[in-house]
Amino acid sequence: MRTYRSLAAAALAVLGLTLSACGASTPGAEVTTSGSGSSNAATAASVADLGGMDKLVEAAKAEGQLNVIALPRDWANYGAVIDAFKAKYGITVNEQSPDASSKEEIAAADANKGTDKAPDVFDLGTNIALTSTDYFAPYKVEQWDKIPADNKEATGLWVNDYTGVMVVGYNKTKFGEITSLDQLTDPKFAGTVALNGKPAEAGAAFNGFMLANLANGGTFDDGTAGLDYFKKLNEAKTLNLTDVTPGTIEAGEHGVVFDWSYNMVPVATSLKAQGVDWATFLPKDIAVGSYYNQAINKDAPNPAAARLWQEFLYSAEAQNLWAEGGALPVLASEFEGEFSEAAKAAVPKVSDLQSPTTEQADAMTKFLQDNWDSAIS
Amino acid sequence: MSNPSTVARAVRNLRDGAATLPFFGYLAVFLFLPTVIVILGAFRTRDGVFTLEPMSRLLQPATLQIFLTTSWLSLASALIGAVVGGAAAYALSLTSITSTTRRVFTAVCSVLAQFGGVMLAFSFIAVLGKNGNLTRLLADAFHVVIPGDFLASVPGLIVVYSYFQIPLMVIVFLPAVDGLRVEWRDATANLGGSSLTYWARVAAPILAPSFLGCLLLLFANAFSAYATAAALISQRNIIVPMAIEGAIRNENNAGMDAYAQALATGMILVVALVMGGYTLIQRRASRWHR
Repeated sequence: MRTYRSLAAAALAVLGLTLSACGASTPGAEVTTSGSGSSNAATAASVADLGGMDKLVEAAKAEGQLNVIALPRDWANYGAVIDAFKAKYGITVNEQSPDASSKEEIAAADANKGTDKAPDVFDLGTNIALTSTDYFAPYKVEQWDKIPADNKEATGLWVNDYTGVMVVGYNKTKFGEITSLDQLTDPKFAGTVALNGKPAEAGAAFNGFMLANLANGGTFDDGTAGLDYFKKLNEAKTLNLTDVTPGTIEAGEHGVVFDWSYNMVPVATSLKAQGVDWATFLPKDIAVGSYYNQAINKDAPNPAAARLWQEFLYSAEAQNLWAEGGALPVLASEFEGEFSEAAKAAVPKVSDLQSPTTEQADAMTKFLQDNWDSAIS
Repeated sequence: MSNPSTVARAVRNLRDGAATLPFFGYLAVFLFLPTVIVILGAFRTRDGVFTLEPMSRLLQPATLQIFLTTSWLSLASALIGAVVGGAAAYALSLTSITSTTRRVFTAVCSVLAQFGGVMLAFSFIAVLGKNGNLTRLLADAFHVVIPGDFLASVPGLIVVYSYFQIPLMVIVFLPAVDGLRVEWRDATANLGGSSLTYWARVAAPILAPSFLGCLLLLFANAFSAYATAAALISQRNIIVPMAIEGAIRNENNAGMDAYAQALATGMILVVALVMGGYTLIQRRASRWHR
């Protein structure tokens, strides 16, 4: 039956049997186990364990492959980061399931365990990172000491990599300047205001909800104000409940979106070419953020390449690329002096980044699970 | 007991049974095994300890509401499909088996009955969506305004689902109405019965079991449909299959896998209940058979 098939297809996709998304595998490059470096690489907790950076590069080049997962090319400038890594080391990067959720990254590691299709590295939201530490290999990058203690797991299981700031991006050419969230009930915004996903399920949408909640007088412990606000938008018929992609924004379906600063930079760039001014605003200067986390799969098929990728991400070069994409990399203050003009312009200026604690986030997720669907139906 | 004929019969039974092995093997792997995995998963924590927590979550108001919406959507679209499709199948049964009309019509229905998912969603968006052709035409010519979020609402989904339910009914119900014989109608008339008598006392009892069977098939078809609704509605979980997908994908709460399996178990329960009810009705409806 068709419908069973589609459910089954969804289930298979979720199980990480991603047959299509294994990007640029070079023909015949069936990597099973690579050179002798791998065995030490798989247990190496720092470059020193391998006898220095040159040895790590050598081992990674011998593997010649890196599997990354859930990294959309237009998310935090990841496309440029991946290309720079390829160019620098001549290693093939297989980009699997770019639109997968953090949860699905772990599911893919489970489903493909022991094969050369398993992801080598993860980029995870906080909740999944904290609950999946069994999957990680501890590793401390060369810049380890420069990363603040609050931004890393002490043994190196996971490390904060970058955060965005939740902003409201909008089509200024069409709607004029937006200065307050209250304006979004205006009929001129009919069916065009959106969150990026379901707030009880997706990090970007959850934080978008948090921003609206704080701006309307709510707190990290009480989401009623945010819920009332989205009820109001829904009643005013301005809330749009379809998922946001760069495509839906370009097609004009979404004119106002709550999203990460680093998702708005590529949108603004591509709309500028069409003569549209895509602006962002921060209601009441509230900066809501939530760091993503880097971790290495302990069953990585390419353990050396995984560690080299980690080293690369915390180098000035990759941190600069993230900043150019509108993200705030964890070592921004460290490398600020080396940033390009583009990075200096795009990096969010944040004095006071607000994030909910794990307990607050869990309670708020529960609140949204219980109330979101009924509030906006 | 070992006279040759019994032995021969036993051998024959075995041989006939062996022929069905591939079928049962297939069922075991693709139906029975996943069902067992899902049901076991619904009662276990991530560490494999027995728990009732996920199943107890099925009784939360929000989850009950999702089941209610799904059931109501499935029932409404199944009823529309059964009534309209049933009438169309009857009309079609009056044409000759070899007529072109009938061939074309059944071919079209076979295709449309399988038309679903993103394709179906997109074709409706193009016709009835915010900027759909029909939406614009109705607004310009008749000042009838289709709300922009119509397709993302339950009534909208009922309309979309009917699009594949009606042709499916035609396909599955046609053999039953084809079985109605002209002689029965003549016999009723000869015995002084009106057209109404014929339908009430002859055709309805004969058709009832298979009509109910088709209605059940349509219900299950809508109940498990996922891709169409997911393409039309992305930010609310209003039906069970979408709630399952949401639970599997959830990145704010990693402990949702068991809940997804509890939801699937709930779906199995609903279909089992419907099947049970159907068996009872079937038994009543076909009493005259015995």
